[in-house]
Amino acid sequence: MSKMIEFQDVHKAFGANKVLRGVSLSVDKGTSTVIIGGSGTGKSVMIKTVLGLLKPDSGTILVDGADATAGDRDAFLARFGMLFQGGALFDSLTVWQNVAFRLLRGALKRPRDEARAIAIEKLRRVGLRSEVADQFPAELSGGMQKRVGLARAIAADPEIIFFDEPTTGLDPIMSGVINELIREIVTEMGATAMTITHDMSSVRAIADNVAMLHDGKIRWTGPVGEMDTSGDPYLHQFINARADGPIEAVR
Amino acid sequence: MAFLEAIFAPIGRSTLMLLAAIGRIAVFTADTLSHLVRPPFYLREFGQQIMAIGYFSLPVVGLTALFTGGALALQIYAGGARFNAESVVPSIVAIGMVRELGPVLGGLMVAGRVAASVAAELGTMKVTEQIDALVTLSTNPMKYLTVPRVLAATLTMPILAGIGDVIGILGGYLVGTSRLGFNSAAYISNTLDFLEPWDVVSGLVKAAVFGFIVALMGCYHGMNSGRGAQGVGKATTNAVVSASVLILAANFILTEAFFTQ
Repeated sequence: MSKMIEFQDVHKAFGANKVLRGVSLSVDKGTSTVIIGGSGTGKSVMIKTVLGLLKPDSGTILVDGADATAGDRDAFLARFGMLFQGGALFDSLTVWQNVAFRLLRGALKRPRDEARAIAIEKLRRVGLRSEVADQFPAELSGGMQKRVGLARAIAADPEIIFFDEPTTGLDPIMSGVINELIREIVTEMGATAMTITHDMSSVRAIADNVAMLHDGKIRWTGPVGEMDTSGDPYLHQFINARADGPIEAVR
Repeated sequence: MAFLEAIFAPIGRSTLMLLAAIGRIAVFTADTLSHLVRPPFYLREFGQQIMAIGYFSLPVVGLTALFTGGALALQIYAGGARFNAESVVPSIVAIGMVRELGPVLGGLMVAGRVAASVAAELGTMKVTEQIDALVTLSTNPMKYLTVPRVLAATLTMPILAGIGDVIGILGGYLVGTSRLGFNSAAYISNTLDFLEPWDVVSGLVKAAVFGFIVALMGCYHGMNSGRGAQGVGKATTNAVVSASVLILAANFILTEAFFTQ
């Protein structure tokens, strides 16, 4: 299987705070990788460096074999979809305009009616009725906003989808629904997915492979089935939610 | 040594911080100007900003001008009476309004209204990752957010100032004819006779510069907002303060450039 995303010894610091200290990880095409790790360990930073929202201090990131920082930005970003932690929906636009954002402007622009039809179709895919289309994000519940964010992420049929803490702030049932949706959508679209979370139920529902980020490096990586029998004390402490272990509880 | 250091270190540190801020704003300005002339252009957003920045600022600019024109007439009358020059009221009110008070007070009021709202809006967008989301949706935030606001403010501010000039002169007229005993026809002809085109044009040019400053400061501080509610609050304050100070500084420089031989 060919590699879709590859981190090679990536470093990133914010002032004196060295967040990534040599991250190396590869994600195969069409697989779903979940990155776990404590709060503030740099999981979001990893995703943001791929998208060019943050520039790594050193190291290389390859996307489909090509350097992520080189080449045409618009064409590069058109291959990605991203679900943000808080949804990051544009509150000045209606739900359908949010979902169809990419289809209403720029290189993928198409007629308004068509864009709206696609948006409504994507909303249906994430389990929202077409009545929601003309509402504003602020009128929706947290779970519905997550779904709209998900619909926006998949609106232009991306090859690679990033999910930043998709279940944070949702009740367990809604978390389950979102996890299931992510799994289904990634499978049916054949997309490569990278999810960051510290919700273990998400990990088990979404992941083909798991990578654990600790101390600025990938501490452990492997198939989700081997996670429980890894023998790695750090991973063991994290997935079993133990307060005592090699990871300091006070950070 | 430690004593000297305690005195000079804070001075040096704040000087460096000031220089760094000037540098960042200069880079931001250059970036904005370069995006101003490169496609894609977001016409819908531009139209919305014309309404939000220009049209909805009319009441505040109009009221400011009305009361300022009225007060100006009273002051000039009182001052002029000391050397029997009460008759200059109409022409001085007009010149004062169009050259100075229309654009400056209008600019300051718009700074309070627009710089604050732009900084708060963009700051909130930054904090809630909406600006990152724009980037991932292949949309450049400078083009989509900054350019429409800066362009709308630069183009609508002269119109606002022009309307403010007329309303300010009207304020002077109302006070002059009702309280100071001026004849209506004489007041109007006095206003028009002494007003030169350059008086008006220089004021409108100033207004355009002030509009640019207001939107630029709102966008700059919003886009560079710190985290959380406190960060957005601070960005908003900084936007209004820096826009106001820069307007007054630019006003001095432009007046110097326009009116000294």
